[in-house]
Amino acid sequence: MIYAINLFSTWAIPALMIIIPAIGLARKVPVYESFVQGAKEGFNTAVRIIPYLVAMFVAIRVFQRTGMMQFVMRVLTPAAALVGIPEEVIPLALIRPLSGSGALSTLAAIIQEHGPDSQIGLIAATMQGSTETTFYVLTVYFGAVGIRKIRHCLPAALVSDLAGFLVSVLIVRLIFG
Amino acid sequence: MINIIWFAMLACGIAAAAIQGDIQTVTRATVSGAEEAVKTALGLIGIIAFWSGLMKIAEDAGLIKVLARLIRPLARVLFPEVPPDHPAMGAIVLSMSANLLGLGNACTPLGIKAMEELQKLNPSKDTASNSMCTFTAITASSLTLIPTTVIALRAAANSHDPTAIVGPTIAATAASTAAAVIADYFLRKARTGGMKL
Repeated sequence: MIYAINLFSTWAIPALMIIIPAIGLARKVPVYESFVQGAKEGFNTAVRIIPYLVAMFVAIRVFQRTGMMQFVMRVLTPAAALVGIPEEVIPLALIRPLSGSGALSTLAAIIQEHGPDSQIGLIAATMQGSTETTFYVLTVYFGAVGIRKIRHCLPAALVSDLAGFLVSVLIVRLIFG
Repeated sequence: MINIIWFAMLACGIAAAAIQGDIQTVTRATVSGAEEAVKTALGLIGIIAFWSGLMKIAEDAGLIKVLARLIRPLARVLFPEVPPDHPAMGAIVLSMSANLLGLGNACTPLGIKAMEELQKLNPSKDTASNSMCTFTAITASSLTLIPTTVIALRAAANSHDPTAIVGPTIAATAASTAAAVIADYFLRKARTGGMKL
């Protein structure tokens, strides 16, 4: 099953690259001209995101590198223990929404220290896989269309991260208890 | 809320550096953060161009509309403001499929495409529409079937069953996505009801 899905994932892009232009040609679309016309947008979109990404990345790096993040972690640990999140995975929970590469290296460190098949290791791996780099997604998606007022989207996304973390803990304890 | 979080991250970080007598860290972190932002954005140019090009062919061939029609029943519940056969709907389906299938670098460009289509329907161009909030909250909640990177990491650490976390991950992802949809709905109601969050 896993093998089949992996195989499908690796073939999906090449398949789309042949199927879409093939159908286009069959329907008399000037595929090359259409492609080039669509591809023009790439540069402008990327440039449009820059100010949003600079604002977000600078704030995240300052927060991280000055030691403020470690401080928040220490404050949050008792609160998280209260809702049942083991303290070993708190650093991952805190960095996951902020930084994709940071989360990955935190996960690697947790797996290294506790072992990939330990309960802590399994919880951390599930947390990583079931959540996203929330701040990056919001910044890029809204930045790409020039939206500055994102209304309730950030709290909604953070609630969903929290739900992902809690269910990761619960389900791993339930299955691997 | 984003204004407060953004300011708090900066202000707390600068205060922490000042207390530790290590204020240079702020400047270093700022420079590297800004550089990283530009590198990330420029790194996206090619792949956004590629997927925008391919999507333009799909659009001109009428494929996006066909896709949109396929998920009409679900779409009507999640995105009631988007007309059923609008290209935005097709772009949303493609973006979500790319995430579910773990198509790595296709996800961001297709998500941006969907946002651009939604922006065409948005009456006030600097404020997120309801559909944009729902779509972004769902994407940011993660849509994963196979967490390939995590499996690779576990395999590298000599796990005796690297894929053991696939089931738990799917369950946790389903929960976080459901939470995103529910939170989006209730926070929107709370706000339009005059409550400030």
